[in-house]
Amino acid sequence: MDEEKPALTPDPWAELSRHTAARIALGRCGGSLPTAETLGFALAHAQARDAVHTPLDVGALSDALEEAGFVALPAHSRAHDRTEYLQRPDFGRRLDPASRNALADLPKMPCDILFTIGDGLSSRAIERNALPLLIELRPYLETSGWRIGPVVVAKQARVALADEVGELFKPTIVVMLIGERPGLSSPDSMGIYITHGPRVGRMDSERNCISNVRPEGLDYPAAARKLAWLLDASRRLGLTGVGLKDESDGSALAAAESRLAIAVE
Amino acid sequence: MTFTHAVGARAYRFADLKTLLAKATPLRSGDCLAGLAAETTEERVAAKMALAAVPLKAFLQEALIPYEVDEVTRLIIDSHDAAAFAPISHLTVGDFRDWLLSDAASTGVLTRIAPGITPEMAAAVSKLMRNQDLILVAAKCRVVTAFRNTLGLPGRLAVRLQPNHPTDDPHGIAAAMLDGLLYGAGDAVIGINPASDSLAAIHDLLVLMDEVRERFAIPTQTCVLTHVTNTTELIRRGAPVDLVFQSIAGTEAANAGFGVSLAVLQEAHEAALSLQRGTVGSNVMYFETGQGSALSAGAHHGVDQQTCEVRAYAVARRFSPLLINTVVGFIGPEYLYDGKQIIRAGLEDHFCGKLLGLPMGCDICYTNHAEADQDDMDNLLTLLAAAGINFIIGVPGADDIMLNYQSTSFHDALYVRQLLGLQRAPEFEAWLEAMRITGLNGRLLEQTAQQPLLAMMPGAA
Repeated sequence: MDEEKPALTPDPWAELSRHTAARIALGRCGGSLPTAETLGFALAHAQARDAVHTPLDVGALSDALEEAGFVALPAHSRAHDRTEYLQRPDFGRRLDPASRNALADLPKMPCDILFTIGDGLSSRAIERNALPLLIELRPYLETSGWRIGPVVVAKQARVALADEVGELFKPTIVVMLIGERPGLSSPDSMGIYITHGPRVGRMDSERNCISNVRPEGLDYPAAARKLAWLLDASRRLGLTGVGLKDESDGSALAAAESRLAIAVE
Repeated sequence: MTFTHAVGARAYRFADLKTLLAKATPLRSGDCLAGLAAETTEERVAAKMALAAVPLKAFLQEALIPYEVDEVTRLIIDSHDAAAFAPISHLTVGDFRDWLLSDAASTGVLTRIAPGITPEMAAAVSKLMRNQDLILVAAKCRVVTAFRNTLGLPGRLAVRLQPNHPTDDPHGIAAAMLDGLLYGAGDAVIGINPASDSLAAIHDLLVLMDEVRERFAIPTQTCVLTHVTNTTELIRRGAPVDLVFQSIAGTEAANAGFGVSLAVLQEAHEAALSLQRGTVGSNVMYFETGQGSALSAGAHHGVDQQTCEVRAYAVARRFSPLLINTVVGFIGPEYLYDGKQIIRAGLEDHFCGKLLGLPMGCDICYTNHAEADQDDMDNLLTLLAAAGINFIIGVPGADDIMLNYQSTSFHDALYVRQLLGLQRAPEFEAWLEAMRITGLNGRLLEQTAQQPLLAMMPGAA
């Protein structure tokens, strides 16, 4: 027996992998997963776990936003830490009293649109995608004459946190950029939620959602185009939600995309 | 009715039956979120002790959710089989646990009393049981169902082949189907969660699966897991529908959140039966459930999430399903926080379902924001297989790229077959042998480019 490797049984249909990202034709040792796939899966899971548990660096993101010409304001939800955030979605939907008071005390300029950036379930999604998306979107907003308010950067945030932020600043529309529940192959996917007339108690059916925003999914130019279309349509109709159908393209993917985001609501 | 239990000098008081059940429930985040959980560990055990003394008959006298406001309560009360209940009618919940573990509770006896057991009785006794009790008693229960093959026979475990794709791409779905079949999976059902709600797209998926099944004479059933009203409409339009799928919950209000009622399910059940597509049986319904769904819809009426879950099984029981699947870890950590809670819930759901006479399966699964990993899934898989679960889920590499969660893989099923000597549904096992996918011992054979199934897709090998 010289340098003999344990026998792996290959699958002669590996060619089919070009049709799907699913983990097919993995081969086997006996009936079990080969070492390489076991470790590859563990790595993907580790990245998804880290995306959930790595704290959002609010300072660095705020600096980058300011450098790009936005006004950044930090905030925190009522969930003290990740453990509480994961078990109490209701806490993630409300500002903690200190944040609420600080935001309430600020002098306010009238604005049409206010952005809130929340870590949600993936800080990686936000650190990678939030600013590039805003920069891609800004020319659309300037062309359409939107008055852009500050950008609130919130930790331990769920989607509805933006409702309370909106109550304080009274924009026509609040847009929440939030980290989506990471998948094994997408640890850094960002969701965008648009709410017309934000106030505490808005239902999910009163929002529009764009999901899977990242270079490997819905890329920035496409996401910005879609968002600009929805914003213009929302301003025209005076609402968001089920009454506003996304017809920015003929894609049938919207339903699939919207499913990916449910866990951050 | 008020319940009390004294521990030393401290007297614990429980305002009513639903409070007692909630406080007696093993710790889980969803009951904490709902504000229903015991406040201390001692209170939890005191509640169990008080619950042990409650007569089973009490559950027929005090409805947890009023009869007048909830059609699931009405179903439970109106369909209760007093004759089947008679042999256990004198027992308390604690006595019931002792009796279930005794030799008196044989497979035959358990089958006969099932229609006499209400969801609340099953939930109550499960709260007094340790994991080993849940496994041992469930293993004595037997629920056999059939459509194009026979599921739930002793010593057998089936797998739902779940070939999902994020855009319903027919090539992507076919590739995952082929992968699963060549790994010996698919006897429970080949079932797709569609990305699209469009009737035309769902029709195409049904035809895709039906053509493959017909062409290779696969003794199994197919299903697109779309809303029940879509399936009823597709039956009307002549689509090849084997099974009707629907997610269900344990209260009328939660079911309304799913857009269903008993009447809607009844209509779909009758429509599917009218097609007479089953060859060895006529169980045509496929249900999915999961702890936390009622609370998530704000429709739990102050009832703990495990008891709500078992009430959903009463809805399922009404329609004699082929399959019922508790999707245990999908809902997220605000309902089941970690591997320990997911494992406990999976064992409870399987036990309670089997005790009520249902063909229980489990989607042994978790999301990336739960405190769980593949090791936890291995544990639950092994425990449920030992408990005699009817079926599990098979996803390529355990990674569902459409629903973004982790379930069990085709390889996982092979592991537990090899470990515990579990076979597939007999008709399907014979087909795999005939196709030279498995050998006589059920183990996979090495495949070559000449495998006829590879002709399903051009360029496969």
